[in-house]
Amino acid sequence: MSRAEIFANIRRGLGREVPSDTQRQTVQNRLRAQADNIIPARAQLPRPQQVELFRAMATEAAAELIDLDSLEQLPAACDNWLTTQGLNEFICASDPQLAGLDWSDIQAAKAERVAQVGDMAALTTSFAGIAETGTLMLYSRADSPTTLNFLPDNHLVVLHESDILGVYEEAWKKLRNHCQTSDGLLQMPRTVNMITGPSRSADIEQTLLMGAHGPKRLVIFIVKN
Amino acid sequence: MDINTPFFKARASEALQDANLQQALGNLKQGFPHKRAIAVERMPEFEALRDQGRDLKNHILEHLDLYLEQFESKVTENGGQVHWARTGDDANRIILDICQQVNAKTVTKGKSMVSEETGLNDYLEKNGIQPVETDLGEYILQLRGDHPSHIIAPAIHLNLEDVSEAFHAHHNKPKSDDPVTLMQEARDALREKFVVADVGITGANFCVAETGSTIIVTNEGNGDLTQTLPKTHIVITSIEKVVPTLEDMTLFLRLLARSATGQEFTVYNTLSSGPRREGDQDGPENFHVVLVDNGRSEMVGSQFQDMLRCIRCSACMNHCPVYGAVGGHSYGWVYPGPMGSVLTPKMIGIEKGAALPNASTFCGKCESVCPVRIPLPKLMRHWREDEFSKHLTPKAARYGLGSWAFLAKRPALYRQFTKASSWGLKLLANSPFGGKKGKLESLPLASGWTDFRDMPAPQGETFMQQWKKRQNAEQTDGDAS
Repeated sequence: MSRAEIFANIRRGLGREVPSDTQRQTVQNRLRAQADNIIPARAQLPRPQQVELFRAMATEAAAELIDLDSLEQLPAACDNWLTTQGLNEFICASDPQLAGLDWSDIQAAKAERVAQVGDMAALTTSFAGIAETGTLMLYSRADSPTTLNFLPDNHLVVLHESDILGVYEEAWKKLRNHCQTSDGLLQMPRTVNMITGPSRSADIEQTLLMGAHGPKRLVIFIVKN
Repeated sequence: MDINTPFFKARASEALQDANLQQALGNLKQGFPHKRAIAVERMPEFEALRDQGRDLKNHILEHLDLYLEQFESKVTENGGQVHWARTGDDANRIILDICQQVNAKTVTKGKSMVSEETGLNDYLEKNGIQPVETDLGEYILQLRGDHPSHIIAPAIHLNLEDVSEAFHAHHNKPKSDDPVTLMQEARDALREKFVVADVGITGANFCVAETGSTIIVTNEGNGDLTQTLPKTHIVITSIEKVVPTLEDMTLFLRLLARSATGQEFTVYNTLSSGPRREGDQDGPENFHVVLVDNGRSEMVGSQFQDMLRCIRCSACMNHCPVYGAVGGHSYGWVYPGPMGSVLTPKMIGIEKGAALPNASTFCGKCESVCPVRIPLPKLMRHWREDEFSKHLTPKAARYGLGSWAFLAKRPALYRQFTKASSWGLKLLANSPFGGKKGKLESLPLASGWTDFRDMPAPQGETFMQQWKKRQNAEQTDGDAS
C-alpha cells in the first residue's frame, strides 16, 4: 500500500510516529491565517500609480491596451478592432455584463458558446487586474467557460479600472470574498487563470516567438470607473 | 529512459566535440542568466524572498505528512481523486488504469519532468495508448525520439535545422527554416490532437493544501488546452510540491519565473481544483492527482532533505559552467546539472549515479542563484563521501586520496614534500623538457590538465616558507624596538 508506506517513511524521517498536537495546531493555524509573506514594495502605491503600473507591466508583457470611457463603448470598440484585423466574427460568454450591452450596430457576428478549434476571437470579462506584473485574473463558472481564454487566436478581455489591484495577495482576498460556500468558506472555482500577455515560446533555438498554443494576441479594454 | 549516467565522462567528451551542441549551448549562456540578473535587479526584495522561500520550504518539510493529508482531503472534497505512487512503476500503472477506465486511445501531455522520471510515455505506448507531448520543445523531442536535456527548455540542445528536419519528416509540409512557420505548423498539428484526446496529463509546480488545487506555470498555453479539453485530467506530480496556502504559493511564484526564465511572471499560471462544477460549460469531468514518491520520502530527515526544497526553476544548471560546457544529455538521465547531480543518485542509486556529483568544480554558482538556497555543493560532497565509503571510487582516485591523506596528517612531512615538489617542478620548467616562460607543457599523471593548457611552474618559495620568514622578520623587528 503506497500511501501507508509513504507516510511511514516521512514520519520515520521526521523522527515521530504520529504528529504531536502542537504540530497539528501549527499547520491548522497556518492554513487558517492565510497570512501574507513578503509583499514587494513595487505595487504598494496610491491608486492612480497602481493603474499606471498595471498598464506599463501589461504592455511590457505584450498585451495591447484600449481605453474605454464606459462599458457602453465596448461593442463599437470590439467591432472596430475585429474589423481592423479583417475578422468578422467572435464568440463570447453569456456574461450578464456583456449581455446587457447593445450589440445591434456591430458588423461582426457574435455567438455565445464555448470555443472550438478554428475560432478566431473570443471576448471575455475579467475578475481582476494585478498591477505588480500586469496580470489578469479570470475564473471558470457557468458564464465564463475556460476554452474562451485559450483556444481562439485572439483574446479580448474587459477589465474595469476599479478591478485593478496592487498585488496577487489582494486578488486572493477578493476571490475569497467572492467565491464562498454558505458557511463563508472559500469555494474554489474549477480553475483560476492568471494571464500575463499572449502565448509565447522560446523552444526553437531560444528565440522568443509569440503565439505558441494559446492566443497570439491579448487585447485588454480598460474601462474607466 | 535508459540510464547512461556511468558514461558521463565519455558523453561529456563527445559533447565538447559536437559543434552543433556547442552552438546551441552558446545561446543558453547569453539567455537565462542574463535575464535572471535583470529580473533580480528589478525586485529589491529578491534576497529576502529567497530567505523566506527557504524557511517556508523547511517548515513544510517538517510538517509534510500533515500538509499532504490536508491536500488529499481538499482534492476529494472538490470532487477529485488522489492516488499515491511509491515508485515510478506504481505511478505508470495508476495512470494506465485511469486511461483504460475511460477507454482512452490518445492522451495529450503538458510538460512534466516527473513523467520523464517514471518513463510514462514508453509505458503508455507499450500498452496501446498514444501519448502526445504538447509543449513545443517536448513535441519536437517526441518527433525525434529524443529526451529533454534541460528541465524547462527541453530542446535547448537542438538548432533550427534540427527542428526544421523533424517537422519536415512528420508534417507533410514543405521544409521550412522560418521559426514562425515552424511554430504555426506545430500549433495546427497539435490543435487536432487537443480536441480528440480522451485524457489530458499535466504536471504541477505546486499543490495547495488549503484549497486542494494544483498549479501549472507555462508560457505556451499548451498545458491549459491539455487539461481543459479532454474529459479526464490527470495531474502527475511529486509529494514535496505541497504548499500550505494560496499566499504561500504566491511567494514561490514570485521566485520561480524570475529564477527560471528571468520573466517578471510566466504567461499562464493556472490553478486546477477538481472537475467541472455544476453549470460549467467546459473543463474535465474527472480530476485525478497522482502523487509520486520515488525516493523522496526517504530523503526526509536525511542529509539530503534540503534537496526537497527544489522548485525546479533550472537556475542552477543555467549558471553551471559544467552544464554550460557539456549540456544536459551528458548527465545520462532525467535531471541534469547541479540539482540532477544530487537527485539522480537518490533515484537510480549511487552505484550508477556516482559520476554526477563528481562532475562539479564546486564553484558554488548554483547555490548562489538557488531561489530556496539549497546548498548544492555540500549535497554533492555528501554523495562523494558516500561513494568513497562504499568503495565505489576508482582505484587511482582512492590511492591518490589515500596518499594525500597520509601526507596531510603529517604536517612536517607534507611541508618537505611540497617544498621538494615545488623545487622539482621549477627545475623541470627550466630544463629542456619545460615550456616557455616557466610553464610546463606536459606532466606525468596530469595530462588531463596539460593536454589543454600549460601548467605554470611554482614561483618563489612555498607559502609555509614565506610565512616562517615573515614571522621571523616580525620577531626581529619586535626585538629591535
